[in-house]
Amino acid sequence: MWGYYIALALRNSVRSKALTALVVVLLAFGVSACTVSYAVFRATTSDPIPSRSAHLYVPQIDNFGPSKYSGEPPDTLSYTDAVALWQARKADRQTLVYPTKWQVESDNRSVPAMSMSGDAVTADFFSMFDVPFRFDSGWTPNDDARHATVAVISSRLNKKLFGGQNSVGQEIRLDGKIFRIVAVLDDWNPKPRFFDVANLGPLSAFDDTGDVYIPFTRAIDMQKAPKYDYCPSYSTDLGISNWEKYLSSECVWIAAWVELATPTDVMRYREYLYNYAKEQQRIGRFSWPPNVRLRDLMDWMAYQHVAPRASTLSMLVSASFLLIVLVNVIGLMLARFMRRAPEIGIRRALGASRATIFGQFLIEGATIGVAGGLLGVALTLLGLWGAGALFEPNIARLVHPEVSLIALTVLLAIATTIVSALYPTWRAARIQPAWQIKVNG
Amino acid sequence: MALTKPFMQLRPIVAALRRHKVATLLIVLQVALTLAVASNALFIVATRIVHLSRPTGTDESHIFVIRNQWEIGQNAAQIDANIRADLDTLRNVPGVRDIFSSEAFPLEGGGGMLVGVKLKPDQTVRPKLAIAYFSDDHAIDTLGISLIGGRNFRPDEITAIGPYDKMAPPVIIVTRSLARKLFPDGPALGRTVYFADGPATIIGVLGSLQGPYAGSTTRSIDEDNVLVPARYIDPGGGVVYLVRAYSTDMKPVIAAALKALSKRGNVRLIDPMEGVVTLPQARERGYATDRSVALLMGILSGLLLLATAGGIVGLSSFWVGQRRRQIGIRRSLGATTGDILLYFHAENFLIVVGGIMLGVLLAVLANLGLMQVYELPRMPLYVPLVGALVLWLLGQVAVWGPARFAAKVPPVVAIRTE
Repeated sequence: MWGYYIALALRNSVRSKALTALVVVLLAFGVSACTVSYAVFRATTSDPIPSRSAHLYVPQIDNFGPSKYSGEPPDTLSYTDAVALWQARKADRQTLVYPTKWQVESDNRSVPAMSMSGDAVTADFFSMFDVPFRFDSGWTPNDDARHATVAVISSRLNKKLFGGQNSVGQEIRLDGKIFRIVAVLDDWNPKPRFFDVANLGPLSAFDDTGDVYIPFTRAIDMQKAPKYDYCPSYSTDLGISNWEKYLSSECVWIAAWVELATPTDVMRYREYLYNYAKEQQRIGRFSWPPNVRLRDLMDWMAYQHVAPRASTLSMLVSASFLLIVLVNVIGLMLARFMRRAPEIGIRRALGASRATIFGQFLIEGATIGVAGGLLGVALTLLGLWGAGALFEPNIARLVHPEVSLIALTVLLAIATTIVSALYPTWRAARIQPAWQIKVNG
Repeated sequence: MALTKPFMQLRPIVAALRRHKVATLLIVLQVALTLAVASNALFIVATRIVHLSRPTGTDESHIFVIRNQWEIGQNAAQIDANIRADLDTLRNVPGVRDIFSSEAFPLEGGGGMLVGVKLKPDQTVRPKLAIAYFSDDHAIDTLGISLIGGRNFRPDEITAIGPYDKMAPPVIIVTRSLARKLFPDGPALGRTVYFADGPATIIGVLGSLQGPYAGSTTRSIDEDNVLVPARYIDPGGGVVYLVRAYSTDMKPVIAAALKALSKRGNVRLIDPMEGVVTLPQARERGYATDRSVALLMGILSGLLLLATAGGIVGLSSFWVGQRRRQIGIRRSLGATTGDILLYFHAENFLIVVGGIMLGVLLAVLANLGLMQVYELPRMPLYVPLVGALVLWLLGQVAVWGPARFAAKVPPVVAIRTE
């Protein structure tokens, strides 16, 4: 029976070529616009480390006062607060992070000195963020404490300097100082580069990770200034002329991350942050009541507006587009089915039940949906191929034609036609057999 | 009276539409949704295009920038000497018109140094924020900007300042925008302003110059810039050389410049990929987000309008097919082909007007909603009204085909049975 209905649907499609073509083309465009937008949206809102993100939190402390940031604390912490949080060790694991640039040299004379970016971090960074290692595994909290001149390098840099060999124990020079390599990372490129978003901003969130990681304490000793900072008052802080004064200023530039296993831990940590700020108020550093935040990773990504505007807007407009196509297809299906009122009348008069008519026309709708879906797949592939022209290169490269996306296109097309065929089908099934035959007789 | 004819037909049209409630409603809904979405999307396109075509005020097409990172281990005096020697070297490269060194450049997308500018040394209210460009007596010619008042720096006024040094230049040049914000009531030329570390006299006012932050995000201080007469000495970082070439084809000049710099020995690192950027490239990168938003919204709006036109054609053809007998009867009773055409155009007009009324309302609501989520200005009411006009025209064009088909129905159909 199904096969017969599909054959009928195809025969009818041939009979009203223009109308069928219109429905198929509309569907294909609506559906493919949606899947292409969705592919980009999914890529830009995806979880960079699904296994851990629920337990990773970003603490914020307002050291600027309520007049700044419209009530929200600054995105990063001052040196004073960052170190206080880190040394308090109130979380299971905690790390401080700030991105820096280094002049990198090695004994390999064939590679000239390079300027490379990386992060100053603490020992917990690697375990907290599930960073994969190729050779050995990071440094210890003890290295943090003794401000060790140790470095972890990326597999990229390891390949460039040491030809991909195990370079643990070898030395490199960062800004002219000798560092011992204690570990080499495996390929690691979380998208977005969540741990630096607070510092680098959402526009750089999809850039590649850096190549050099050294202990935070060591970077501070080297007076390694952050690339970006934000100071509460430019009239006083711009005059900062020495490092000690800079460290004790209220300028913010350090991102802190904590790992908290259970909701109770989260609650307790929030309490700790509140009490910390309260204490700062008591000793006169803050002249405002505690204003602290503790956001988990995905909340933090949303708060930082990591998903580019182009991606969220196009998702919104594409969804509206599909809705309009849906309304459109309802009208066209109605036209298509009602044109065949006499035929339905005769089938009903010959004994077909309403349910049979209903089934026949839904199958007809689905058949058209499949056709729209197939054309939609072609357009989706075209759209994904053209994503490079529509989105920035660092976003476009995240999008790939995957099987799930192709399946989604076809399913969406069929679902759309079936939904839009529901009302026209219901109308078709209600046709009175006698009336149709009489009028046209 | 030809003009009143369509209105005389209103009553039968309304009567006919009442028999096709659902189909009519579908077109109304479709027109309304299209109007709401397309006018918002096109409004976003317009705001983005306005934003990304903001001029920097400079001779962009002839300017390129060398990002020069210092080799570690040099002291401030060595770096200062390096900058002077580099400037001399680059100035003598064939094809180079002028050059100066700074810490930032227009369209960089960041990197500018913010300074607080006070009107009195003991001012307690928040100082006006401005962006500093380190520059010298060649900066104005290199950027291709012009003074609207005052004079340029003299070579003997150029000093050297490091990142942690006191920022106290005795003389500065400001943009007109900053001058007006500092001194709304009178000329800024010759006035003294105060940085955190000391006073500075405004010796010149520039017509316009955009700050380095300009790009996909907008700041109110994009035009508020100060030229500071100093070389930027940062042993831990670098300096940027802004070069103005004679030709817009800057490739040979860039190659020659890099070659000349490399001959000066291993004092610097210039990234092979990111080390040199032309201002046209910087513009393209800086406004990439805006361009992609504008392009996407434009394409989707176009598809949307096409979809709606297609829908109107489809449903109208169906109605024409359904009403062949009635049309035949009208024709045999004396209606001309023009009357039939008019009927369908008037009918479409009526439906689209219904859709437009709903659509304008939806468009305004959608705009208010979007304003909550994105930094978007309020959409002026003429945008959906223009959109309404477009949709009305679109409807008329779309119905023209089916209506012409209907007008061709011969009167004899009335008496023929199918």
